[in-house]
Amino acid sequence: MAEQARGKVEVNQDECKGCGLCVESCPPKGLTLSPELNHYGVHPAQYHAEICTGCGICYFVCPEPGAITVYRLAVAKSEVSDAATV
Amino acid sequence: MSEYNVSQCRTPVFFDRFERKDENQHQTHYCPGCGHGVAHKLIAEALGELGLQDRTVMVSPVGCSVFAYYYFDTGNVQAAHGRAPAVATAVKRSNPGSIVISYQGDGDLAAIGTAEIVHAANRGENITVFFVNNSIYGMTGGQMAPTTLIGQTSTTSPWGRRPNNEGFPIKMAEMLSALEAPVYIERVALSDAKHIMQARRAVKKALQLQKEGAGFTMVEILSPCPTILKMEPTVARHWVADTLIKQFPLGVYRDRKPEFEPVLVPQKGVAELLGISGKRLSDEERHARRQHTRAKTIKVSGFGGQGILLLGQLIAEMGMREHMEVSWLPSYGPEMRSGSAHCDVTLSHDRVGTPLVSTPDVLVAMNEPSLRKFAPHVRPGGVILYNSRQLPEDLKFEGLTVACVPASEIADQIGSAKVSNVVMMGALLEATDCLPFTTAQAVLSGLVKNRKLAEMNEKALEAGRNYLDTEVLVGAVAGPDGCGE
Repeated sequence: MAEQARGKVEVNQDECKGCGLCVESCPPKGLTLSPELNHYGVHPAQYHAEICTGCGICYFVCPEPGAITVYRLAVAKSEVSDAATV
Repeated sequence: MSEYNVSQCRTPVFFDRFERKDENQHQTHYCPGCGHGVAHKLIAEALGELGLQDRTVMVSPVGCSVFAYYYFDTGNVQAAHGRAPAVATAVKRSNPGSIVISYQGDGDLAAIGTAEIVHAANRGENITVFFVNNSIYGMTGGQMAPTTLIGQTSTTSPWGRRPNNEGFPIKMAEMLSALEAPVYIERVALSDAKHIMQARRAVKKALQLQKEGAGFTMVEILSPCPTILKMEPTVARHWVADTLIKQFPLGVYRDRKPEFEPVLVPQKGVAELLGISGKRLSDEERHARRQHTRAKTIKVSGFGGQGILLLGQLIAEMGMREHMEVSWLPSYGPEMRSGSAHCDVTLSHDRVGTPLVSTPDVLVAMNEPSLRKFAPHVRPGGVILYNSRQLPEDLKFEGLTVACVPASEIADQIGSAKVSNVVMMGALLEATDCLPFTTAQAVLSGLVKNRKLAEMNEKALEAGRNYLDTEVLVGAVAGPDGCGE
């Protein structure tokens, strides 16, 4: 079994406006725009690969208050760098 | 498998629901990829981290971010276009424990509100200004802003901004850092993740400084406007990085405390300034005082130069000395003499709701035009004092006490037409019993130092009182207290 990702992202598909800033900003490229349309007629972002580091960059570049929630593994590895507070 | 914990999520500094919208109330009204959303988030995060939410007052501007008050679960005020720093000044000074944020766009701050921001910064107001600069007017549809770049097209500079016609982009951070008072000014950009994190630190630092009471802080935030720039959100962001930042260099423009010795002036209370006892009255004393004062709304009107405004001020000051709640609201043209002037005075035993008197209990008309203008608005049972021997023939007033007092004539006989307003004051006190004569004498002697004039005032006050007492009242029969009620 592959190593568990250090973080994960949840995108609120109804709040997302599909601007794509998080997709572009994600360092490991774990986000993409969904091929499906949400009820606003935009392609919302989705987390598609188990490669999230939990850095939180997508949360801060997202213009919506709560479209993105970032999680981190409870037992953080010592080498996990907190990119959001660099 | 280990569990995941939330590390970044919607901050409670935002309202749970944004009530302005019918549906999707958790979504802002901003366009996809708008810089305001990110700026809002950085501010909200910082307020949450610093624990300032409960004492923050956010001043929303005019512009796309006009609805900031729908988003931030803090105190909120929405200011007239460009006036946010002035409003923020008032909020901060009247409530020094609050954290006051003026959130403004470039049209708001750098165009219509240039004066307010410059002077708020120059006074070193302890507020934080977040200046979102996207180089264009967004909400109104892409007109040229003061920050529009040279050569940049807009609906009002379709051939590109030309320095020879529209001037150069205004660089507010540089401009304000030329002043002495500001404590912290930094320009940041929302162009990519790295710069957004830098902006996050700047926002937090500015708020931290305000929390410490340091002084004026401003963060200029270069921000993408994908809709007006007609670019994809990611492209607009690159445009900020490649073009906007080149014209508006990022960096800290001010990070120091101004050095000066504060000069403190001893504060005098109203009572001390008036030379009267300022002690708070007990309920009984207050009640006792009510026996010899009456709540009235009074309108004094006439030509400018007749002492109209002064008469109103004198009555208000008398009320103040009698521990009444008072207001005085002048209205006059630009002429110092001969224009029309009037003022509204409220004498009340309770707090005054509005200083505006639209249906007065008492009208003092020092000339015919103002009698014709205001008499129809006098409250039934009210009093009209008219500066003449008799009413114009065509005028009749039902249900009012009308007293014609030729104040100007009487004043002239006493020695100066100037004191006609004091004659009228004597008549007014006699007709309405609203305030004691002794108070009027005290106020007048406090005001006039010249002995000759003071004597004239004494005589004028007495003459007005006597005239009303001895001459015939015209109109409705006066009540037992002489005021027709």
